Amino acid sequence: MARQIFYEDIKVGTEVTPLAKIATTAMVVKWAGATGDFYPLHYDDVFAKAHGVGKSILHGGLRRAWLVQLVTDWIGEQGVLKKLACYYIKVDYPRYMKTSSEPEEGETWWCKGKVTTKYEQDDNHYVECEIWVENGRGEKTTVGSATVILPSRG
Amino acid sequence: MVKVRVMQRNETGEMEELAVEPLIMTNELAELIGTQSDPVILEVERGAIRRYAQAMEDPNPLYNDVEYAKKSKYGEIICPPGFFGWPVKPESVAQASLFNQIINKSGRSTGMDNGGEFEFMLPIRAGDILTSVTKVADIYEEIGRSGNRLLLSILETTYIDQNGDIVAKSRHREIYL
Repeated sequence: MARQIFYEDIKVGTEVTPLAKIATTAMVVKWAGATGDFYPLHYDDVFAKAHGVGKSILHGGLRRAWLVQLVTDWIGEQGVLKKLACYYIKVDYPRYMKTSSEPEEGETWWCKGKVTTKYEQDDNHYVECEIWVENGRGEKTTVGSATVILPSRG
Repeated sequence: MVKVRVMQRNETGEMEELAVEPLIMTNELAELIGTQSDPVILEVERGAIRRYAQAMEDPNPLYNDVEYAKKSKYGEIICPPGFFGWPVKPESVAQASLFNQIINKSGRSTGMDNGGEFEFMLPIRAGDILTSVTKVADIYEEIGRSGNRLLLSILETTYIDQNGDIVAKSRHREIYL
């Protein structure tokens, strides 16, 4: 984990430390099992094609979980995530597997964010960020916002 | 008295009500607004937390290293925010009845997760037993960017722990295809 960030370290416009992710068909299957979301749209290419999305797509919840990690990694163990919003605006397709553990070549997703405001309220130090997931072409596929409490150097 | 509404987003992203005839939304659907699911009991287990964190490749030791977590301010393995025990996906538990009612009454074939918002009040630790209740906060018809008509619902879920404290709330948007 990175060093602890403090309220005083950041200002409006500060970048949230980006987080890279590689989605694979294996990850999607693990995610389905770990969450109990077994909708075939996420692992059955024939079903997905018949439902108009071309081939099987990532779960929205997986991309939301990445954004949660983006924020919790950045705020460190002394930070607290209070609110997170996220909306899905484009679909994402996982990489296929080349071997049992290695994915095929393909896109890498980047979770990113930027501080939009900071304020003190009820003795807490709040920071709000816009956050998003970018696909390999740099397009935003998932967009949202987060509100966190950061420790203060006082 | 609930009412049938057709909404559209303006340039600033705000929802505005339009005075046009609905094509999908009905009084029968509007009557579902305000109804709620039976409570769902969620036992938060260490193994379920670990599998969730492993699946999304989050190596945070608070989710998978018991010794580390015990020495932390939490004193126990905690859930990544957004995980409330297995299963996670709301429609796979009691909310299914709400989704199915919306689908049956609308004639749509399926619903898709369009995103939503979480508010986190308290950390959730392995061993906690949560009760969640979901309410249909809204159902409305929306005119999409290409003039197409969409049916959406907003489901609100409250998660309460074994001490009776609210640990989290979620507000989820679903689009019915």
